[in-house]
Amino acid sequence: MKKQWLVMGALITVILVAIACEKILPGAPAHDSILDGPIEGLTGEQHQLFLRGDVAFNDDVFTAANGLGPLFVSTSCGSCHAGDGKGHPFTTLTRFGQTDSTGNKFMQLGGPQLQNRALPSFMPEQIPLGATFSKFTPPANTGLGFLDAVTDHTILSLADEHDADGDGISGRVNWITLPVYITHRPGTVERNNKYIGRFGKKAAVYDLMQQTANAYNQDMGIVSTYEPYDSYTHQDLDPEVTNQKVLDLVFYLRTLKAPIQRNENDADVISGKQLFTSIGCAKCHIPELKTGDCSIAALANKTFHPYTDLLLHDMGPGLNDGYTEGSALTEEWRTPPLWGLGLSKNSQGGQYYLLHDGRASTIEDAIKGHGGEGKASNELFQKLSAADQVLLIKFLESL
Amino acid sequence: MVSSIWPPLKNNKYQMKQYYLLTMLLCSSAALLAQIDPVLLRQTEKDTSGLKMNMDAIYNRPFLQLGKLPVALGGYVEANYQYLKENGISEGHQFQMRRLTLFVSSSIAKRIKFLSEIEFEDGTKEINIEFASVDFELSPLLNFRGGVVMNPIGAFNQNHDGPKWEFIDRPISATQMLPATWSNVGFGIFGKKYVKDWVYAYEAYFTNGFDDKIINNEEGKTFLPASKENADRFEESFNGSPLFTGKIAVKNRKVGELGLSYMGGIYNKYQEDGLTLDKKRPVNVFAIDFNTTLPKSNTYINGEWAWVHVDVPETYTEQYGRNQQGGFVDIVQPVLKQPMMGFEKAVLNVALRLEYVDWNKGTFKSTAGKISDEVFAFVPAISWRPTPQTVIRLNYRHNTQHDILGNPPSKIAGFQFGFSTYF
Repeated sequence: MKKQWLVMGALITVILVAIACEKILPGAPAHDSILDGPIEGLTGEQHQLFLRGDVAFNDDVFTAANGLGPLFVSTSCGSCHAGDGKGHPFTTLTRFGQTDSTGNKFMQLGGPQLQNRALPSFMPEQIPLGATFSKFTPPANTGLGFLDAVTDHTILSLADEHDADGDGISGRVNWITLPVYITHRPGTVERNNKYIGRFGKKAAVYDLMQQTANAYNQDMGIVSTYEPYDSYTHQDLDPEVTNQKVLDLVFYLRTLKAPIQRNENDADVISGKQLFTSIGCAKCHIPELKTGDCSIAALANKTFHPYTDLLLHDMGPGLNDGYTEGSALTEEWRTPPLWGLGLSKNSQGGQYYLLHDGRASTIEDAIKGHGGEGKASNELFQKLSAADQVLLIKFLESL
Repeated sequence: MVSSIWPPLKNNKYQMKQYYLLTMLLCSSAALLAQIDPVLLRQTEKDTSGLKMNMDAIYNRPFLQLGKLPVALGGYVEANYQYLKENGISEGHQFQMRRLTLFVSSSIAKRIKFLSEIEFEDGTKEINIEFASVDFELSPLLNFRGGVVMNPIGAFNQNHDGPKWEFIDRPISATQMLPATWSNVGFGIFGKKYVKDWVYAYEAYFTNGFDDKIINNEEGKTFLPASKENADRFEESFNGSPLFTGKIAVKNRKVGELGLSYMGGIYNKYQEDGLTLDKKRPVNVFAIDFNTTLPKSNTYINGEWAWVHVDVPETYTEQYGRNQQGGFVDIVQPVLKQPMMGFEKAVLNVALRLEYVDWNKGTFKSTAGKISDEVFAFVPAISWRPTPQTVIRLNYRHNTQHDILGNPPSKIAGFQFGFSTYF
């Protein structure tokens, strides 16, 4: 009898110890080591909306039954942006057919985006003969709400289209035509019925609504009331995703937190940041921006650190693929935000795929790829001592 | 988020019909029992903790029989508590009623038997006829089986009753790569041959099979269990091509049992109304299973490993794997076998399960890098069996799961406590 009670006692002890022992349960990763999660200051109601968008982004997988394709690139948002970070060559987009500001000449042949995958029995698209193309690695999603809330006037204030200050940097705006479903930002600037694009590799997207509707349509072959044109039938079709779902996703993208810098106060990181500024990187990769008024209070009038100016820059012939969007030239690329750079490997399968098409496998390679307006900084970087180069890279990896 | 580690498949189409069927069955049984003296009820008790040949599992269950009536009833129930965390986030304390399964067997004639198994999973979220077949014994070496049969791929699919296992979760490879429990309408033959200490057995069935959901599903990966959503498979074949499942097994009473099995067929709809839609695309599954009890220590070892090959169109996304592999091994060590708290045959076990699944074995075309999408888990356990038919289990589960790109893994771990018992 005594033995039985001992056994039972041991069992109960094991259960209690086990339940009490939080250490053998997986802990949360450090807040600054991951990209997903909402911005601070959202209300309970906004958290609910964020969670709905989270499901739409990360859990909704499209199939033939719920609208996928028949031509597509990916089956879900999350498969291109794992952990809300940069993408992998596996889901790199290919766009083709536009060489100048007169528009895409291959729209009737499947432009602007190549749907390189297809449902069984269907044939994916091929790049038409004579079309130039460029490959785009999916960018990270984080902090997009902050970028969205920057005023047009701020962006214009950073532009120097004719290099009036003579520093060799001449950032300019990509003026784009807006789809009809876009609601203008308060204080938006218009020129000849064109507006300032700020998202995408070529800054050819006005806001996150346009980005989301485009991605559903072009990446997954999901037509919506916003983008009803089907790339397979070349006709407008009934929506395959609800407006609510699209809006949930837009809210999610707007309220994803900004990447948090690690080791900000580390002496090497501080030195690296000084080098970054001294060789001119910060002229385009502007460290600090400020949002304007915003319908989401947590995003309004905030200072943040994206390391971009949201402007187009001539990056030289090495990065000229002969393809463009909006009024950008083929050699022009929008300055990509550098925040979250050091976490990219965690969403790219353990290694870097940098620059617009993922051709650079190290940060050094990415710097070396800078030509045109970035050439001077690139050359200064090459002239740094090996130790200083390490410091600068260390700073970039802290972002 | 820890919504549920193993999300149940949606299959509610015929729930109401099945519910009524089951209610009628229960009511008629209850009415029958209400009119008789309980002493007439015979408990056909069996030692279900010691596994016989896996193919015998469907009959190796305790049934309750009324007098000389040819119908016997049985079933099992399992419920548990769990507290899990995924990367530091928990959904808190969860109480789950995972399964209530009812068996009805009947000896129609001397060598004609019927057995059915109806399972309610997660409350009434899933209701399935898992088995409902008639067996005609022509000789021990040649039996004919027809109806809803459990495809004998690996060992777990046929031998899946909760009370037989020391672990609350079913093996990942058996339920998330192989589609256990996987049953279909069909016909086949099976038999056994005894030679001294050896038993040789075989099974071979043609049944309805998979459909194209295995590469077109909301799991976003090649997922054979997705075909379980198609309740129509009990009524018509998706593409008219039968699925073949065959198994050979050998058992030595002193050494253990080894099984080799194959399941294969065409999964896609390649033609309709006489029109060609696609080429025929096969799915092939190979499995090996083994179990033994070490003589001196009485340690029970049970394992299964399977390989899945699916012909996925080249122009489709690499997210859907062409090759998969995975399996598990359970090690169960009895540490105390003696009467405990009035239970004469009580046993206390410690156990460990190791399991692994790679849902997408291959390399990316774009980078030649390894495609990941894999999980490794270990599950130490303590189980107490007051009787062979009942098990009370405490498990600690730890999963390490990589996404398709091989990014830093998601870690899920926590405790599960529950029971499973035949009744």
